[in-house]
Amino acid sequence: MAMQNGSSQTPWVRHRRHSNEDVQEASKANETHLLVNDQNKYRSMLVRAYSSVWMIGGFALIIYMGHLYITAMIVVIQIFMARELFNLLRRAHVDRCLPGFRMLNWHFFFTAMLFVYGRILGQRLVNTVTSDKVLYQLVSKLIKYQMIACYSLYTAGFVWFILTLKKGMYKYQFGQYAWTHMILIVVFTQSAFTVANIFEGVFWFLLPATLIVINDIAAYFFGFFFGRTPLIKLSPKKTWEGFIGASFTTMISAFVLANIMGRFQWLTCPRKDLSTSWLQCDPGPLFRPEYYTVPKWFPEWFPWKEMAIMPVQWHALCLGLFASIIAPFGGFFASGFKRAFKIKVCNLKHS
Amino acid sequence: MQNSGSQTPRVRHRKRSSEGFQEASKANGSHLLVHDQNKYRSMLIRTYSTVWMIGGFALVIYLGHLYIAAMIVVIQIFMAKELFNLLRRSHEDRQLPGFRMLNWHFFFTAMLFVYGRILSQQLVNTVTTDMVLYKLVSKLVKYHMIACYALYIAGFVWFIVTLKKKMYKYQFSQYAWTHMILIVVFTQSAFTVANIFEGIFWFLLPATLIVINDIAAYIFGFFFGRTPLIKLSPKKTWEGFIGASFTTMISAFLLASIMGRFKWLTCPRKDLSTGWLQCDPDPFFRPEYYTLPRWFSQLFPWKEVAIMPVQWHALCLGLFASIIAPFGGFFASGFKRAFKIKVCNLEQS
Repeated sequence: MAMQNGSSQTPWVRHRRHSNEDVQEASKANETHLLVNDQNKYRSMLVRAYSSVWMIGGFALIIYMGHLYITAMIVVIQIFMARELFNLLRRAHVDRCLPGFRMLNWHFFFTAMLFVYGRILGQRLVNTVTSDKVLYQLVSKLIKYQMIACYSLYTAGFVWFILTLKKGMYKYQFGQYAWTHMILIVVFTQSAFTVANIFEGVFWFLLPATLIVINDIAAYFFGFFFGRTPLIKLSPKKTWEGFIGASFTTMISAFVLANIMGRFQWLTCPRKDLSTSWLQCDPGPLFRPEYYTVPKWFPEWFPWKEMAIMPVQWHALCLGLFASIIAPFGGFFASGFKRAFKIKVCNLKHS
Repeated sequence: MQNSGSQTPRVRHRKRSSEGFQEASKANGSHLLVHDQNKYRSMLIRTYSTVWMIGGFALVIYLGHLYIAAMIVVIQIFMAKELFNLLRRSHEDRQLPGFRMLNWHFFFTAMLFVYGRILSQQLVNTVTTDMVLYKLVSKLVKYHMIACYALYIAGFVWFIVTLKKKMYKYQFSQYAWTHMILIVVFTQSAFTVANIFEGIFWFLLPATLIVINDIAAYIFGFFFGRTPLIKLSPKKTWEGFIGASFTTMISAFLLASIMGRFKWLTCPRKDLSTGWLQCDPDPFFRPEYYTLPRWFSQLFPWKEVAIMPVQWHALCLGLFASIIAPFGGFFASGFKRAFKIKVCNLEQS
């Protein structure tokens, strides 16, 4: 059974969908298996709610602890994603003839780590060690030669790959080489941008992640209560009612959450070094509330005569739009990917 | 007989025209170049094609930065087209109309992204004279990244929407291959074009060293080759490899000095014009004078020698060209072999 992860923007949301899909895959014999028609749906909802609460709780704890710990969490997720994806496409019987070939994957992984995090965190590392003269010179030199060191490591891996090419297995090895690159690019592009965003301000990681979570949860609830029309053949349980309801919910919560999150300096200040202490800064024009008087056509009972809206809230509306329209496609990609490789597994079992 | 990705498409081209020739006489066990009867005739063919290619290349260098970049873009388009076609399976493709368009959509997005980033400052500098055009170009450059991201997301959504039941695996593989091909093609050309606009020297010297390495390896192998180098390419020999390494290092040192004297090659291009270049030479290219030791100047007429700092760096480039660059050739050989095996299987079944 393919419980493997595919790549998408929110690994832990995908995880939640996993635990439930198993329960319902058993009762897939029927034609229509929309969530509204499912008998077991209340039990599965409890399971989902329980795991969601734990995951959101753990996530909130890490946000509280700070930038460095969030980065560490992302690195750990990355390592697990890469390992699963590396294993997804290896063929064990072919691999036994190629000792040391697996090491090549991890060599490229290590090179990518050094490259990506060296570039993003290089300046911050230098800022952390300004107090110590020796360490400062050492770190500055490392940062200066970071690119050429990574290039040398990559070239060494390339040469190693050529030297391990074995007659009769060229196609498998080239295929694996291409997959390694593809996997590393998928895993590291996401995490590189995420970590870069975090050090600009936890807000820029927390808001999009929260919107994706809200979109997913809202799509589930709207589908649970109102879902009738299937959305796409790839994911038979998704419905148009869920999609549209979730879009509205996401846009509204984007507007509201940006306001709430924008008040905390812990979330809006950029981190210039690798410390874990409290942050103080001038938040910048994006987070300064501007006062708008409520227009005349608003009803009389509306208690507020003027509203304080931060410019970031308008940007958050765009983020909400993206989260509600494009993000579900990430889920469809993962579904299609799982399906593409489950087909392969079944074929091997038949033959 | 297809092209695959490597550092010097031009060199690979030359190797191809000869390998087709000699593949006919591959029945024997040892087929080193020294033992080949037809080698003089194949050497004439190689020399002829090499002369034409070097001539064409020199012409493009003379024409300037923009034309070299255009040549690279053309090479890129052909590489991408061949690589896209390498792995398609036509019977599956017939059921997926419009799927090929997706490849070219991603190609266009990659073009916009890579050349937009590299040439944006040069483009802005070109249109400073015209107020309207300047504002337009500045705005385009400002929103360049989000435009490319939007195009990529559109391609991603398009891919998901075209997923067809029972063909998921083929489509996902094609998607991964498209990314792989575009990365291989665009990383090389992006760095090459970026180097060109910093000064043609930084493109011409490495390219020339690779050519010299290849030619020298061929000639050394032709006359002295006895010990095979690697199973992947049976005609390469250790004598060719070592002889070529020495030749490359020496010519790196000399060529850097010769090329460093031309402003056309050493000056960076700040805009997209094609006119003559003037600039203050970089400290790299200013010759430093070293007095020669006494025993040397007693034998030879020179009392001091002028060495540019760039010549020492050129030695490192020469070392890389002689040791690492042949592996690019081995990669291409292995790649061709990997996919020829596949074709043979299809023909047998």
